[in-house]
Amino acid sequence: MFTRRVLLGAICAAALLAPTMGASAQDKMYIPLISKGFQHQFWQAVKTGADKAAAELGVEVTFEGPDNESMVDRQIDMLAAALAKHPSAIGFAALDSQAAIPLLKQAQEQKIPVIAFDSGVDSDIPLATAATDNVAAAALAADKMAELIGGKGQVAVVVHDQTSRTGIDRRDGFVNRIKEKYPDIEIVTVQYGGGDQLQSTELTKSILQGNPDLAGIFGANEGSAVGVINGVREMGKKDVVVIGYDSGAAQKQAIRDGLMAGAITQNPVGIGYETVKAAVAAAKGEKVEKNIDTGFFWYDKTNIDDPKIAAVLYD
Amino acid sequence: MSTTAETSRAKSGFSLGAGAYQKLLAFASLVLLLIGFSLASPNFMQTANIIAILQATAVNGVLAVGVTLVIITGGIDLSVGTLMTFCAVITGVVLTYWGLPLPLGIVAAIGTGALCGLTSGFFVAKMKIPPFIATLGMMLMLKGLSLVISGTKPIYFNDTPGFTEISRGSLIGAVLPSLPLPNGVLILFLTAFAASYILERTVLGRYTFALGSNEESVRLSGVNVDAWKMGIYALSGGICGIAGLLIASRLNSAQPALGQGYELEAIAAVVIGGTSLSGGRGTILGTLIGALIMAVLTNGLRILSVAQEWQTVVTGAIIIMAVYADMMRRRKMG
Repeated sequence: MFTRRVLLGAICAAALLAPTMGASAQDKMYIPLISKGFQHQFWQAVKTGADKAAAELGVEVTFEGPDNESMVDRQIDMLAAALAKHPSAIGFAALDSQAAIPLLKQAQEQKIPVIAFDSGVDSDIPLATAATDNVAAAALAADKMAELIGGKGQVAVVVHDQTSRTGIDRRDGFVNRIKEKYPDIEIVTVQYGGGDQLQSTELTKSILQGNPDLAGIFGANEGSAVGVINGVREMGKKDVVVIGYDSGAAQKQAIRDGLMAGAITQNPVGIGYETVKAAVAAAKGEKVEKNIDTGFFWYDKTNIDDPKIAAVLYD
Repeated sequence: MSTTAETSRAKSGFSLGAGAYQKLLAFASLVLLLIGFSLASPNFMQTANIIAILQATAVNGVLAVGVTLVIITGGIDLSVGTLMTFCAVITGVVLTYWGLPLPLGIVAAIGTGALCGLTSGFFVAKMKIPPFIATLGMMLMLKGLSLVISGTKPIYFNDTPGFTEISRGSLIGAVLPSLPLPNGVLILFLTAFAASYILERTVLGRYTFALGSNEESVRLSGVNVDAWKMGIYALSGGICGIAGLLIASRLNSAQPALGQGYELEAIAAVVIGGTSLSGGRGTILGTLIGALIMAVLTNGLRILSVAQEWQTVVTGAIIIMAVYADMMRRRKMG
């Protein structure tokens, strides 16, 4: 049996060797991106943008992230492995900034520029951060809400959580814009559903039960928005204006069916693209802008199939 | 064949017989992987990367050592991952919320682990709940309790100077600057050595194997089977407490949502290391090698920039191969 095992091992080693033989002429700039996730469509869209920039700029990019956003230690191991490859620069979206500090310092000592993306890194080590301006994006949602309900009435907000940066920014962006610009609109409640579709559905139903005159609801991320649609549908409240955030098959379908008035989409492709672009510039020693706003869009029934919008939406 | 058996005996030091051959296979695979990756990338065999690999092994290795003990009794423990997290959270409460000194935090982590292990042992031994179910329930309870106690937020250890040294510092590096081995790795080796000693040289160890081979005959010979079994689960739980300290120290925080899924990686390391899931057979050294194989594989594939999807596929294939080799060996010998 020993021989069989050795044989298997040899095949394995050969298989491992094979890909590097071709790639050994490695003068290309190499930039690993360590993300907060990998499997979600949002992260795959970020990866698409990164690959696009890599192809345009002639650099090599790899994209990795842990299976879920609780796996802080796995992300640290990924960062350690990325550093071992002596990259030209690193793109990093920290799950927990504090846990990553020792390795980021190591990168700094080795003069490897770090570019933060998505929610960024809570430290002054990254030279730049490529992210969505969530406050401005949620304010746009507030403007659209006001327009759709005729500038007056009651609205509610369903947010994913009250502790994460995106949760806080989107809630405040929406609520503050309403308070500042639309005195006739009342925000009756802000509820938190953990981004869980079912929980957000139940929340929405109880909000509608308690406020029969409600004119509109804003769901602040994909899970919240889908929950809001389900709740409104189950309660049979066809005239409530629903505004969502991000995309996904369920939200896109709801917009086509008219259940959802429209939604804000971030530009995940742009996040990936700008991260790599900034990383390349930083590696060359060029100056990079500290905050790179990767943009956001409003989409509804009228422009959902517009190629420019369709490119940043995902199922 | 006698020469291979002798070599493995010489290498393993304090474990003889049954698992020796499989251990040699596992060790050979590890060496092969190391050689393969070194040839494939100049970035692989470098001090900093080897240290990164060892550090990535520390938490999973300690968990795997703990679960090895339970698996040898013919049981299984699915709660090790969330128990680790629970111990980390309790340490956070003791050190950060209550502001007690560091040694108390360490005692709290290991004590909590042992207590929870004892509880699992009670479910299994006294209430006769199958280990798979008992520890599945325990896994979920601990997962929930971690979130409840921490208020679903990470607890940071910024007010406890020296806490991060448990994992990140290097006592060896202080003496030998050329070998900056992190303490977390040192703790893994010490834990493994202690567990191995208990398994091979003490009464508890003998009963661990005996329970896994034939529990009924042990009971008939008048041994208090339930008490020993609970003792083994408690020991395994205490070891998970050590893992909790390691991960909290490395992250400088107790992350309450982390932990689920770690039990399967620990069990995979145990199985690759040649411990039989049906009990009665296994070694700590094998488990250690199993955990190293998994870490080397993950790191090496990353160094080679293999796409993440394929990393997962390869890891799965390696587990199947390792267990298959073990099965073939047993069929031949048995």
